[in-house]
Amino acid sequence: MNIVVCVKQIPDPADPGALDPETKTLKRDVKLILDESDSYGVEMALQLAGDEGTVSLVSMAPNSEVGGLRTALAMGAESAVLVSDDALKGSDALTTAKVLAAAIAKSSPDLVIAATESSDGYTGTVPEQIAALMDLPSVTFAKEIALDGGTAKVKRQTESGYDSVECPLPCLVSVTAGVVEPRYPSFKGIMAAKAKPVEEVTVADLGLDAGSVGWAGAGQEIVSIEDAPAREAGEVIEDEGDAHERIVAFLDELKVL
Amino acid sequence: MDFSPNPDHEAIVEAVDAVCGRFDDSYWSTCDQNHEFPWEFYRRMADGGWVGIAIAAEYGGGGQGIAEAALVLNRVAASGAAMNGSTALHLTMFGLNPVVKFGNDQLKEAFLPRAATGELHVAFGVTEPDAGTDTSRIATRATEDGNGGWVINGRKIWTSKALESEVCLLLARTDGEPGSFDGLTLFLVDLDPQHCDIAAIPKVGRNAVASCEVAYDDLPVEGWRMVGDRGQGFRHILHGLNPERILLAAMACGIGEAALRRATTYATEREVFDRPIGANQAISHPLARAHMELHAAATMWRLAAWRYDNDMECGEHANTAKYLAAEASYFAADQAVQTHGGLGYATEYHVERYWREARLQRIAPVSQEMTLNYIAQRVLGLPRSY
Ligand SMILES: Cc1cc2nc3c(=O)[nH]c(=O)nc-3n(C[C@H](O)[C@H](O)[C@H](O)COP(=O)(O)OP(=O)(O)OC[C@H]3O[C@@H](n4cnc5c(N)ncnc54)[C@H](O)[C@@H]3O)c2cc1C
Repeated sequence: MNIVVCVKQIPDPADPGALDPETKTLKRDVKLILDESDSYGVEMALQLAGDEGTVSLVSMAPNSEVGGLRTALAMGAESAVLVSDDALKGSDALTTAKVLAAAIAKSSPDLVIAATESSDGYTGTVPEQIAALMDLPSVTFAKEIALDGGTAKVKRQTESGYDSVECPLPCLVSVTAGVVEPRYPSFKGIMAAKAKPVEEVTVADLGLDAGSVGWAGAGQEIVSIEDAPAREAGEVIEDEGDAHERIVAFLDELKVL
Repeated sequence: MDFSPNPDHEAIVEAVDAVCGRFDDSYWSTCDQNHEFPWEFYRRMADGGWVGIAIAAEYGGGGQGIAEAALVLNRVAASGAAMNGSTALHLTMFGLNPVVKFGNDQLKEAFLPRAATGELHVAFGVTEPDAGTDTSRIATRATEDGNGGWVINGRKIWTSKALESEVCLLLARTDGEPGSFDGLTLFLVDLDPQHCDIAAIPKVGRNAVASCEVAYDDLPVEGWRMVGDRGQGFRHILHGLNPERILLAAMACGIGEAALRRATTYATEREVFDRPIGANQAISHPLARAHMELHAAATMWRLAAWRYDNDMECGEHANTAKYLAAEASYFAADQAVQTHGGLGYATEYHVERYWREARLQRIAPVSQEMTLNYIAQRVLGLPRSY
């Protein structure tokens, strides 16, 4: 079983830096860490691979950044491919998917795992785009994956419960956050990770044209950015005997009941 | 001089911070209030290989030095776990140092692999009711049983973690009389409940880890459990004192960092007379001073650790680090309480817990007075005063 996990390296959400007013994108010249959303996929892959399978990583990041990859390698992944190239600056979701698909294709995996969405961009479209580009079946919102011969059996999170779906391998599965408990890198894992191979490749190495990626290839444009509106004051319910009903009605409206 | 960042150390910090992040202040406050050993935290740290980080790789440990062990304990304390978290670990991490340095192969093979996995809990029994600062007063006796083994009788106080520990590194008198350092011998004994009566001593703080009075009543000890040479026990433990001071300094700095973090947050948020209290220099200056003092102490323990790991003499540095860290940590914790006003005295804000725990380092494992005595005599060459 050969599993590839797509991992994004993002600015530390605890210290997120700022948006660049020029490019209207997040500044990424700070130290990057493993997106927590991806730690669930890494954990699932490690569990599925067990002792026989292999788990490798694919990431696209600026400035040859490997901080987040090292974390995932310390968790137990065996190797990584990093796509880092100045030409990739300004890439939109579809370009990212093209690049990742080309990097993934190098190892013809049985299973590709990605997070449902990243914690810094939140477009939530890259995994399905990769699947489409690679002509792989894709299952979204997985909360559990089991492998049975040439089939992936996936429990797919829905609003009311879960769907049980089956899909032939190779395929791409995107997993929701919080569904497994990602292991922490152990001391020995960290030391071992230092010696694990990280292959850095450029756009040209992947056989892509520099003019089709980055700002040049972007099919989308960020027109303007604004600060998020300040949170509105909450509603205070004074109890006049019917507070419980009003609270239930409020929660009902939010569809959380 | 080279102060460039060390990627291994950064990775250790990141990973230990991640584990500690699961155990918040309320976890530690609950352990403290209920006098409960932090088992879940301990297991996580042991599973990650952090408890065994300084044990040699040949016994299954991480093979790192005192610098890395100190870094781990610093992060644990700085997470808000303070002494409750760091002293839950530190005796297994470094307590067996005399066994590593002077123990026979049987001792090493029997115990070091289990310390490396964190399975073995170790206590340290030196202090007695009449032998604290003056270790030569130790009266606990080990007498020969006639079959190559020993029988131990006596009373120790303040043996930390005795309730959880399977073994205790015990300094007992095999020869001579109280008042002499000769005749003290080190043993790694089992804390066998048939022969050891253990009672926790009610105390001000760090209540997740009990310190105990232990009465030894005819405790049998096999001959191979002697660590090093008969009559050399005091010299053997002297070897472990510098690393212990370095670890304690790193832990103390951690508490100070936790206290300062809470204090600065509160000083920014709390408004009195329509302005944040941190805008008053009477509040901000002491916090700035605490930051500088903690930083100076941290630089000192790093230097001491580096010297120890490079086989250089480090007595002056380890003692200086421990002294400065104990003062800086207590000052930071005290200022954190002050910054919080009345709420500083409430358990909810946790700074009172840091303050109670920071107080300890000025007394134990060695008092500030004795540290100053060391520097006065050994470094400045002044006459011994006692
Ligand atoms: C929470 C806690 C945990 C502990 N854990 C352990 C443990 O696990 N194992 C263990 O063996 N011990 C432990 N100890 C004991 C600790 O090491 C001793 O308390 C410490 O060494 C001081 O000894 P003492 O309490 O007997 O003080 P004393 O020796 O009675 O000293 C009392 C005071 O007099 C001062 N003093 C004495 N002589 C001089 C002098 N010549 N010049 C200047 N001042 C002097 C001392 O500095 C001190 O302030 C622990 C103590 C505490 C509080």
